[in-house]
Amino acid sequence: MGTESLAVQLSGIEKRFPGVIANHDVNLTVRAGTIHAIVGENGAGKSTLMKTLYGMHQPEAGTISVFGKVTTFRSPSDAIDAGIGMVHQHFMLADNLTVLENIVLGAEPVAGGVIKYDDARRTLQAIMEQSGTHVDLEATVANLGVGQRQRVEILKVLFRGARILILDEPTAVLVPQEVEELFGNLHRLVADGATIIFISHKLDEVLTVSDDITVIRAGTTVAEVKPGDVTRGQLAELMVGSELPSPHGRTTEVGTEVRLEVRGLSVAGPGPGGKRLLDNVSFVIRRGEVLGVAGVEGNGQFELCEAILGQVKPTEGTVYIAGADVTHASPHDRLVNGLSYIPFDRHREGLLLEFPLWENTLLGRDADTDFLSGPFINATATKADCRDIIERFDVRTPSEIVPAYALSGGNQQKLLVGRELSSDPRVLIAAHPTRGVDIGAQAAIWDKLRIARDEGLAVLLVSADLEELIGLSDNIVVMFDGRINAHLKPADATPELLGTYMTGGLQEVAS
Amino acid sequence: MNTPISTSAEGMAGFFSRIGRNRSGQSVLVTLVSSLAAVILALMIGGVILLITGKDPIEAFSKMITTGTQPYKLAEAVQRATPLIIAAVAVAIGFKMNLFNIGVEGQFLMGMFWAGVAGAYVDLPPVLHVAFCLAVAMIAGAAWAGIAGLLRIKRGVNEVIATIMLNSIALQVIDWLFNDFFRYENPGNLDVRTKPLPTSAWMPTLFTVTSKTDKGGTVRTDVTSFVLVALVVVVLFWLLIYKSKFGFRLRASGGNAVAARTAGISSNRMILIAMLLSGAVAGLAGLPALLGTTHSYGPTRPDGYGFNGIAVALLGRNHPAGIVVSALLWGFLDAVAGPLQIAKIPQSIIAVIKAVILITVVIVNEVVNRKMAKRTADRTADALETAAATPSAVTA
Repeated sequence: MGTESLAVQLSGIEKRFPGVIANHDVNLTVRAGTIHAIVGENGAGKSTLMKTLYGMHQPEAGTISVFGKVTTFRSPSDAIDAGIGMVHQHFMLADNLTVLENIVLGAEPVAGGVIKYDDARRTLQAIMEQSGTHVDLEATVANLGVGQRQRVEILKVLFRGARILILDEPTAVLVPQEVEELFGNLHRLVADGATIIFISHKLDEVLTVSDDITVIRAGTTVAEVKPGDVTRGQLAELMVGSELPSPHGRTTEVGTEVRLEVRGLSVAGPGPGGKRLLDNVSFVIRRGEVLGVAGVEGNGQFELCEAILGQVKPTEGTVYIAGADVTHASPHDRLVNGLSYIPFDRHREGLLLEFPLWENTLLGRDADTDFLSGPFINATATKADCRDIIERFDVRTPSEIVPAYALSGGNQQKLLVGRELSSDPRVLIAAHPTRGVDIGAQAAIWDKLRIARDEGLAVLLVSADLEELIGLSDNIVVMFDGRINAHLKPADATPELLGTYMTGGLQEVAS
Repeated sequence: MNTPISTSAEGMAGFFSRIGRNRSGQSVLVTLVSSLAAVILALMIGGVILLITGKDPIEAFSKMITTGTQPYKLAEAVQRATPLIIAAVAVAIGFKMNLFNIGVEGQFLMGMFWAGVAGAYVDLPPVLHVAFCLAVAMIAGAAWAGIAGLLRIKRGVNEVIATIMLNSIALQVIDWLFNDFFRYENPGNLDVRTKPLPTSAWMPTLFTVTSKTDKGGTVRTDVTSFVLVALVVVVLFWLLIYKSKFGFRLRASGGNAVAARTAGISSNRMILIAMLLSGAVAGLAGLPALLGTTHSYGPTRPDGYGFNGIAVALLGRNHPAGIVVSALLWGFLDAVAGPLQIAKIPQSIIAVIKAVILITVVIVNEVVNRKMAKRTADRTADALETAAATPSAVTA
């Protein structure tokens, strides 16, 4: 490397941040014109590092150099001025505006108070030509798919003149084909002189796409490697600091007794004659069976879960839990009668962030007389139960009285999984049970789910993590556009096949 | 049509209830110190304002302290605090469910009016008669608040808008009912009011405090036994909200409506119940005056309890003890307003100080909350680092 031009150099970065592992002694050297991957478990401190680099907060110690110049970023606009652009994991676009309007938003070329859209359009055409990233500028963002939205985000950053692009887990929301496309675009950008910092924990992608890899573990950078020099296993070991837990098959049998049955379930979208968000879905889950639901997010999985939980009224169809028709039962009655739910978004749907942990583990279980004395909450019993969950599910916390916001994501999720499995459920709906948690917590959660399944729990597993789906499921269905469009056995499922079904590329012949 | 209105108001209600919310993990001491700091800061700002207007702040404050600490003035503070405690509890119940009940004003007037009217036309033994009046007031207050609750859950009308409107409507409706139906005209008596309550519905004076004035006369304050009812309301509020299963569900629903809904707690049901409860308590706020002093409803009705109740609830952070202390502070400030006026210091300085206290509380609370949240998180992380160093103590 030597004095060859460096796009970014971080040295000795130190950052304390509430509830998240601190960054300490972080060193990062990114050569200009390369794709540099930063890998690490969730919660290892990747996002903290990137926020430092993007000026979203200031490190307590250490230096940041961009193109050889030591700089201090007081805000993201300083970073943007220095040529750094960030493509967030969660898109920040205004749905009701067009692509063009979204891109110029905040950086409008103006003459006499009037936005010069034609100039912007010309500039963007040139950028799209050069980078190979094409989007219809006049389309409304609301009508775009996830992949296209991401391209809008990338164009937004390029339009602001960024030469260094930070992509935060860009593939998390993409189907395999879109990932390929994205990587193609990234290579063109790099060929054109841009520098890409690519954050991920998907090792295969990192090994394929990057020129250099920096591994971050427990808040500090532990290694810098070239993709040619390491195997996937070695990289994973660097990341977690030990051997990867291998997914193992099951030794128990699926039972015969039907625990959850869904028959012809449909949910209509908003408005008269709205598109069906869930369209004639039927399946059966037996005792001790895990049914995996694959699909790109927004293809009816959420509505399916909500309909089973009783949160939305299905327009047609019936739901049976352990043989009983619960189609018209209240959500509360369903939960009391053996249904549990690990929700899509733990912060939004699962936790009371400002409440102590023991009140969080009580949520949804307060009908249980063990936790009550008359009309009052038995705080002693509830706290004891919470401590039990903390212990059994290895939730890393100093006590049960800290507020939930103080825990890291993985520990919050373990607490939530613990809560849901502790009410002796007969049916569990697990939506992305390990999303956004580190490998250690992921292995622990998978383990607990397997144990519960072996004890007879019927699980509906909605996931975007193909490894999780294939590793846990006894059967897999693929959802596309509100319908089930494929039934697979995990053994037959390959990422390519699933990806094809998930994008609606292949329609299984209706049996 | 109502969507844009409710969206903008949503932000306002959310903002106010956030101020009132106390992060768990924050110690009582921190809360006390930060509230006290806010009050002192507000007094200093009030002093500066006095100085600018050419009055001597030292004189004003010493006047406040010398008159305010006289026993009869302290008793007056308690007397004045009584309805504020009740009104603040009503507001706090709403805040706990993330509802901003601005309508305590209208609800307490409704409660007071109907209790005055219904109480005058029944004949009951003493204790039962008082209980009857309390029940009528609670039902009337709850019904009035229930309108806003129903509008919210059935039509999505934000409760802030609805309760503001209902305040005006309550005044007009009561005036109409009073003038056309319930005006009790006593020949030879020019005082216009509803039919007086029979003595069986009067609440006795709990104690009387007398002080000597400088000129050798005596001044006295009667403290109505309704202050006991207010304390019972506070204790019940604490038990219900912080200790009961119902309270947990209410707080959960107010803390994160989606998570509560996911856990099977119907947020609409909670909104309606919280609104009814809040209104029922609000209905009681006018009764210290009705049952303790005036014994009938008339145009000299008290006002401002609803808005002062919001202030007291915010200052007391919706906590039972905080509400009592804040209401006493408010009562004290109200009690010294009169003597200030006599000493040629404009009593509007009291209103200024109250307003500045609120603003400083909002700011100090927000700053302290952020610091405490960061500290809690840091301490948790530190505790885990220590725990990681000693492998056997991973969990507590």
